[in-house]
This record gives sequence, C-alpha cells and structure tokens, in this order.
Amino acid sequence: MMNSLLGALESGLLYALMALGVYITFRILDFPDLTVDGSFTTGGAIAAIMITNGVSPWVSTICAFGGGLLAGMITGLIHTKGRINGLLSGILMMIALYSINMRIMGKPNVGLLGEKTIFSSISPLLLMPFVVIAIKLLLDLFFRTELGLALRATGDNQRMIRSFGANTDNTIILGLSLSNGLVALSGALIAQQSQFADISAGIGMIVIGLASVIIGEAIFGARNVFFATLAVVLGSIVYRLVVALALRIEWLEQTDLKVITALIVIIALVLPTVRRSWKQKALARKRSLELVSDAERRSVGGGL
Amino acid sequence: MLQITQLSKLFHPGSVDEKIALINVNLQLKPGDFVTVIGSNGAGKSTLMNMISGTLKPDSGTVHIDGNDITDLSEHKRSRWVGRVFQDPMAGTAPHMTIEENLAMAYSRGKRRGLSIGINSGRREMFKEHLRKLGIGLENRLRAKVGTLSGGERQALSLLMATFTEPQILLLDEHTAALDPARAELVTQLTQKIVSELKLTTLMVTHNMEQAIRLGNRLIMMDGGRIILDIHEQEKQQLTIEGLLGEFEQISGHKLSDDRVVLGS
Repeated sequence: MMNSLLGALESGLLYALMALGVYITFRILDFPDLTVDGSFTTGGAIAAIMITNGVSPWVSTICAFGGGLLAGMITGLIHTKGRINGLLSGILMMIALYSINMRIMGKPNVGLLGEKTIFSSISPLLLMPFVVIAIKLLLDLFFRTELGLALRATGDNQRMIRSFGANTDNTIILGLSLSNGLVALSGALIAQQSQFADISAGIGMIVIGLASVIIGEAIFGARNVFFATLAVVLGSIVYRLVVALALRIEWLEQTDLKVITALIVIIALVLPTVRRSWKQKALARKRSLELVSDAERRSVGGGL
Repeated sequence: MLQITQLSKLFHPGSVDEKIALINVNLQLKPGDFVTVIGSNGAGKSTLMNMISGTLKPDSGTVHIDGNDITDLSEHKRSRWVGRVFQDPMAGTAPHMTIEENLAMAYSRGKRRGLSIGINSGRREMFKEHLRKLGIGLENRLRAKVGTLSGGERQALSLLMATFTEPQILLLDEHTAALDPARAELVTQLTQKIVSELKLTTLMVTHNMEQAIRLGNRLIMMDGGRIILDIHEQEKQQLTIEGLLGEFEQISGHKLSDDRVVLGS
C-alpha cells in the first residue's frame, strides 16, 4: 500500500509538468490542444534516442523540451496563419507526430535499461519536487510579465488585447510552444523513469492532463495563477492516487484506466454545471416567492 | 491629426448580400477635435470606426494618422495611435484578470511586450491615482477580477484604459448605449472630463441626439455610407434635436430610422 502511494506521488510529480502544459492551453489560452498526445511521445523519443547514443541525459532532456516547443509552434502556425480550427490543428499535428516519432526512434520501442539517465544518480522522488516547484514558480513569474499578461488576455478577451497592440497570433504560438515544451519534457522524464520510450506512450495524454487540471481546480480552487498552477500540480498527484486506488479493485484491468480517466473528466466537468443550475433554480424559486408575497402584502396594506 | 481620403468598403462582394458600407468618405480631424457621429442603422458609422482601428481594411482610399499612412497596418500595430472603447462593456476588458492587470496591459499599449514584470509598486500607485479620478472607488479594488464589476464600472475602466496613455485618436463606439441612463450619464461625464483634460482627438458614435449635440465641437451625420452633414463649432452650439432631425430628412429624403435612437436623456 505504502509503495503504491509513493509510486503515485512519483508519477504525479512526473506527469505534473505535462498537466501544467495542458493548463496553459486548455485554461489560459482556452484552446483544447490535442498536439499533446503526439508531443509527449516526441519528448520520450528524443530523450531515449539521444541517451542510447551516449549523449548526457540532461542535454537529451533539454533537447526533448526543445522538440516539444517546435511541435507546439507548428500547431500554432497551422492554427493562426493557416486559419485552421484549433481542435483540427492539434489533431493534424498529433497524427503527423506519430510518423515523426517513429522516424526519431526508428522502431516502436526504445529501451533504456542499463543506460545512464537523470534518475541513475538521484531518485525521482527526491529530484522531482524541486523540478516541479521551480517550473511552477517560473511559470507564475512569467504570467506576471507584460508578455505573460498578454498571453493570458489572449485566452480571456482576444479583441481587447489586440486593441491594445498585442499580436494575438504570436501569443497563441508562444502559448502552444511553451505548453508542448513542458509536455515533451514530462515525456522525456517518464521515459527515463520507466526506462523505455514507446510510440504509444502519449495516447490519451490530453485527457489525463485535463483530468489533473480539473481535479486540481475542483479540490484546491484557482483564484489566481499562483493557486491555479499549484492546483494543477496537486491535481496531477491526486489523479495518480485515484488511479492507484482504482487499480486495487480486483476486477479492474490496467487497460480500463483510460475509461476511468474519461469518466473522471466527464463527472468533473458535468458536476459543477449541474450544481450551478440547481442553485440557480433554487434561488429563482426563492426570489419569486419573496416577490409574490411582497406584492401581496402591499396590495393588502393598500391605500397609501 | 486624422485624415481619411476617398474611403470605400463593400461587404460580401459578389454575393446576394452585397452591400456598400462606405462610399468615398473624406474626413479630416484637427488635433483636439471632438466629433460626434450620428446616423441611421447601416449608415456606415461602425464601419468607419473599424476602418480607423484596423479591424476592417478598406477596398480603396487611405487613412493617415499624424502624417503616417496606416491604411495597410494591422489592428495591433495601429494601437500605437488609436485608443478604443467598445459598445459592449464585456469587450474592452479581460474579465478573469484583475483591475491592475488590465491597466498594466493597457499601459503597454502599442509598446513591445517583454519579460519585465507588468505590475510594480510604482505603477500600482500610478494606476490608483488614475482610478481615483474616476470617482467610483475602483482605486480600492485593484485586485478584484474585472468580471465582478458592474457594466458601468467596466465601461468607466475601459474608458480609462483607452485614454490614460493619451492616444492620438480616441474612438468611442456607442460606449454608453448598453448602460442604464444613470450609469450612461456618469460615463458620459467622465468622457467629457477626460477628453477635455487630455485634449484627445476623439470620434464618438452615439444614438443619443441630445448627447451628440451637447458633447464635442463638431457633429457629423452619416447615411447610406456617406457623410451627409458636417456641422462645426458655432453652428453646432445652436443645434436643436428637432432641427437636426429636420435637416436629416431634408438631405437624405427619409426619416432617421433607427430603432435605438434616443432623442434626449
């Protein structure tokens, strides 16, 4: 039990970088970016192939981040300059990345057993908290810069920020790059932790990212950027805990994970809407009763 | 300051909905001019504003600001010269960001946005100072999300954001139309105060005849994509609503038809 909890914490931290990436596109830019499914694998592929060719694991990991930046940038260019719907741009890039990832790896699976990785000398549980916190704080700082404010406004009110002189094409491209860079970074770290890169590693990654973002927001709130990014990191850990617990149920298989994830996202998305409309209805009923009784009292009192 | 020459615009060319929005419009604004614009629905008022802001590009003709030909510049590049307040109170601010963040973004209007922090204590003081002048208590709510403000407060904030960096041209596109009368009057007064203090060259579209006459030093009337009447200084001071409507009928040959037109306040 203790082991699986620690395992969940470890994966939660490793995937938190991916979740932060999804947070940037999904929440800040309001852009559901499916590139993630491809760029996660790209990160793992680049890191694995460089490491097996003897490059230092740190350099390999940074290059993986760069590969993600590039993938996100291309999705951004397709969307802004090609004027293709955002969802479709992401899907196109995701499909294209499948072939590209295959080219990078040369085969569907690259093992890292026996290779020197980042985690050869330090356990992920010791290293990752620092990495995740550092990246979270850097992101918070970035979102307070003039460029970061413009990026946030692009997702909030594009027309407004354009009228104040920001090139929203550029901010969208920047946001998508940054997001996919983080996703690829996460992919590279996961590959090193699990000691292999696999062509199908990224399948469903966007949904896992969404689940982390939504769970985090639901439990920890998101009243400003600092708390929102914190919630995403914690959400990623909680998601892994939920999965670890779910997998302890005997009749559930490892492959049921994706349907569980999809269900978590659906429930987390539907619940707040339902709750809001219930509240609204209750309030409307209460107010209309008050108004009616007010009106009746006045007409009875009459005369003035 | 603003020079518009032979500006024309056709909407939906080649389709059944083809419609001429502007025909050879010429307009020249001197520095400090405050021009009110009235006209029926579809007269081309908003199209004219959008041409100046760069939201739309003309089919022919040119737009110059301060001697610079900006006809082919995109909207975000023109923002160096142009400040704008929209009709929709939701349009001019970012609802999920705070008042000070919105002001910081407006403060970098037309400048390169880099990695310097948007809000420091010096700027915060300056924002407070500007907000205080609005007189609606926003200076105490710097960290409130703009989405929690009322329509009137938002519009006052939009007005401040569009003006406090002193743009060469200020465009007001029926910016009080969506507000209730009391708030509309407040925003109108703020507009008058800010425009006269900063001596901004302003173009204001309005449906309120009384407002069109009371504000500014010049009034233009549009119909069918043309400017059909241009009334300056002294002449404008003697205008009445009845006179204006009469004049409109006489020139255009039809009544000023606008479902939203307001005769007085």
